[in-house]
Amino acid sequence: MLTYLARRLIQAALILLGVSVITFALLYLLPADPVRQIAGRSATAETVENIRRQLGLDQPFLVQYWRYLTGLLQGDLGRSYLQRSEVSELIAARLPASLLLMAGAIVCELLIGLTMGLIAAVRRGTPLDQGLMIASFVGVSAPQFVVGLLLLYFFAVQLGWFPIGGYGTFQHLVLPSVALGILGAGWYSRMMRSSMIDVLRQDYIRTARAKGLSRLTVLMRHALPNAILPVIAMIGIDIGMFMSGIVVIESVFGWPGIGQLAWQAIQRVDIPIIMGVTLVSACAIVLGNLLADLVTPFIDPRIRLR
Amino acid sequence: MKRFLKSTVAGVTLAALMSSLPVMAAETGLDPNAKQGGGIVITYKDDVATLDPAIGYDWQNWSMIKSLFDGLMDYEPGTTNLRPGLAESYEATADGLTYTFKLREGVKFHNGRVMTAEDVKYSLDRVTNPKTQSPGAGFFGSIKGYDAISSGSVETLEGVTVVDPQTVKIELSRPDATFLHVMALNFASVVAKEAVDAAGADFGRAPVGTGAFKLAEWTLGQRVVFERNADFWRQGLPYLDQITFEIGQEPIVALLRLQKGEVDVPGDGIPPAKFTEVMADPAQKARVIEGGQLHTGYITMNVAIAPFDKVEVRQAVNMAINKQRITQIINNRAVPANQPLPPSMPGYDPSYEGYAFDQAKAKELLASAGLKDGFETELFVMNTDPNPRIAQAIQQDLAAIGIKASIQSLAQANVIAAGGEKDQAPMIWSGGMAWIADFPDPSNFYGPILGCAGAVQGGWNWSWYCNEDLDKLAAEADSMADPAKAAERNALWSQIYGKVMADAPWVPVFNEQRFTMKSERMGGADALYVDPVSIPVNYDYVYVTDVQ
Repeated sequence: MLTYLARRLIQAALILLGVSVITFALLYLLPADPVRQIAGRSATAETVENIRRQLGLDQPFLVQYWRYLTGLLQGDLGRSYLQRSEVSELIAARLPASLLLMAGAIVCELLIGLTMGLIAAVRRGTPLDQGLMIASFVGVSAPQFVVGLLLLYFFAVQLGWFPIGGYGTFQHLVLPSVALGILGAGWYSRMMRSSMIDVLRQDYIRTARAKGLSRLTVLMRHALPNAILPVIAMIGIDIGMFMSGIVVIESVFGWPGIGQLAWQAIQRVDIPIIMGVTLVSACAIVLGNLLADLVTPFIDPRIRLR
Repeated sequence: MKRFLKSTVAGVTLAALMSSLPVMAAETGLDPNAKQGGGIVITYKDDVATLDPAIGYDWQNWSMIKSLFDGLMDYEPGTTNLRPGLAESYEATADGLTYTFKLREGVKFHNGRVMTAEDVKYSLDRVTNPKTQSPGAGFFGSIKGYDAISSGSVETLEGVTVVDPQTVKIELSRPDATFLHVMALNFASVVAKEAVDAAGADFGRAPVGTGAFKLAEWTLGQRVVFERNADFWRQGLPYLDQITFEIGQEPIVALLRLQKGEVDVPGDGIPPAKFTEVMADPAQKARVIEGGQLHTGYITMNVAIAPFDKVEVRQAVNMAINKQRITQIINNRAVPANQPLPPSMPGYDPSYEGYAFDQAKAKELLASAGLKDGFETELFVMNTDPNPRIAQAIQQDLAAIGIKASIQSLAQANVIAAGGEKDQAPMIWSGGMAWIADFPDPSNFYGPILGCAGAVQGGWNWSWYCNEDLDKLAAEADSMADPAKAAERNALWSQIYGKVMADAPWVPVFNEQRFTMKSERMGGADALYVDPVSIPVNYDYVYVTDVQ
């Protein structure tokens, strides 16, 4: 177990190194020139060159990357080109909001997804089942910004139940969590349905029914715990999905998380922020996957980690 | 980069202000209806970049910085008329090479310290020092000693001298007709040295100036709060106790919140998709204030790429574009243009007729250039609405005279990069990146975008047009600092732009209008809501009507 963990952590470090090289190279190769974004149009050629020199952007790629990496290893993500603040500070200020939104989204996707999957499995083959599966399909394929805008329009503007975007209270959290969770809910409902159908076919379910337990007791006490575990193990993998989702959802809802920060930075070619957010997301994804793998043997003893 | 300035009388003002006699500061009349107190909410989509006046250079932080800091010169609210700011008065010598500014007594920084001439000198040294990385350093190029400081060999501007604590003298190396405008730019704001030293690179997050407001709170990614500076040196100002800038709000969301009374001014303006709807509703339209701005949208034709090296071809394109239709595409938020300068800029030539829309004549011109069957080319455009739609209209107009243009719709930074390479972009529609003047002076539309200095790799002269004769005339015009020659100088500029149009490296398409929406409770003259220097509004002078 420990050797497994050590090996996975080394792998994780290598993956992060790879991500940093690739992202840095892509940003380097971008035809856009960050210096000209900073300098604006009235800047003289002299000013532009001065800024380029001060930021070290006149150096060859390897030198630039080496400088970045040595900074990174000391925990220095650099300063934003346009905001001039420490990137680590900008990310730290926004990370709690993103984590809160992800937690909200996990609750939503599990609540919606598992309930839908459970009902569909129990009512397998009925129009209700088909209806729910079509709904899950729509949930998986609908573009998130459309879902976000529709939720905002109906529940905030028309009905006035929730605030129109923003951050701060529980009411603010509901709509973006649902918007972000709907995609996952679609996946979970399908997984839950097949897992549940699988479990309901097992002998011990028939035994339980045979000894006279009610349908509901069998379902909740015997079937559900067994069906739900493999599904829940997927949460770790979800984190990767959320990382792309928050860029869109946070922008739509004005949610002050790192997705919004990334979106702004991309538009302004603010390379240190783009790098920082990418690395933080990569860390989250790697950790999420690792967590999912570590949890699996506890859920299914047939699986061993080596 | 995105200054919106408007002027009708700037030339006249300049003449009045640049007399060699001392000009005394006159306090602009306060609004008798204004009430003191209350707060407003302004929304923005993007984070506030920095509040360091030496660095901030986007249309969002420009007006915020204006309310936190002051420079020696300033503009009368709602106009582009220069007036003294931290300077009480100033004198210029007859040769236009020496300016002596007398400072106001007892002006205090937000930290309570009294501002002196040393602070003025420190601030100018700081903005021109290459280590500060100021995008605006080049504006100060006419101050004596600029070259030495920008090369890094010295730390101080030779031309700026502290005469006594209330007097500062600035010597120029050449007469500069735009110098007083430069002293009114944010880059020339006076900062407190001890605060800069204490905050270091984070001064942009902990600004200390002399302005009407001081920074009270900055929650990253959420809001910035300004609080009234009770010691502000302009008596009775500002009216508002507090301004809250809420960050991260989409324009469409901001509009909905304005309708619910939660927002006072959507800082990013009315979203284009909602413009028609807002203007069709009398209740909402009543809260929209329209004004001009110093903006021109244009198509560049790269004279280094065939067949745009032929003047007939460029003229033919000028005749082929239906500008009226393009302004309709953007719901008439603009007026058609026929020359580089916008109508409200001094030097604009109202008698110039431009190239009339005449596709038959355009075809004849193409034929005379040996391109009877037209040619294929590319039109680069920024990929956000409405620019791709405008590009399609241009594409259709070009097709009518036989030019097949394929549209390259790219992110802003990529279009800018392509324009800065000599052999990449044959045509560019400037929308979303169009020129908006830094200050109301005709010279501001020439150098970087039409002069030889901009026709370099990474420059902004995307047509790569370089006419050395015109560069000489431009230099001559800018040395005419004598206020008595202001009219002559503007006429010279009209002549320069007339010659540019004869060579036709651009198709000037339209001049955009500005529309600011405000809540019902906000008061103050309309001009404050389309203030040429403060976007979206002049924070120091607006007020709310629902306070006791």
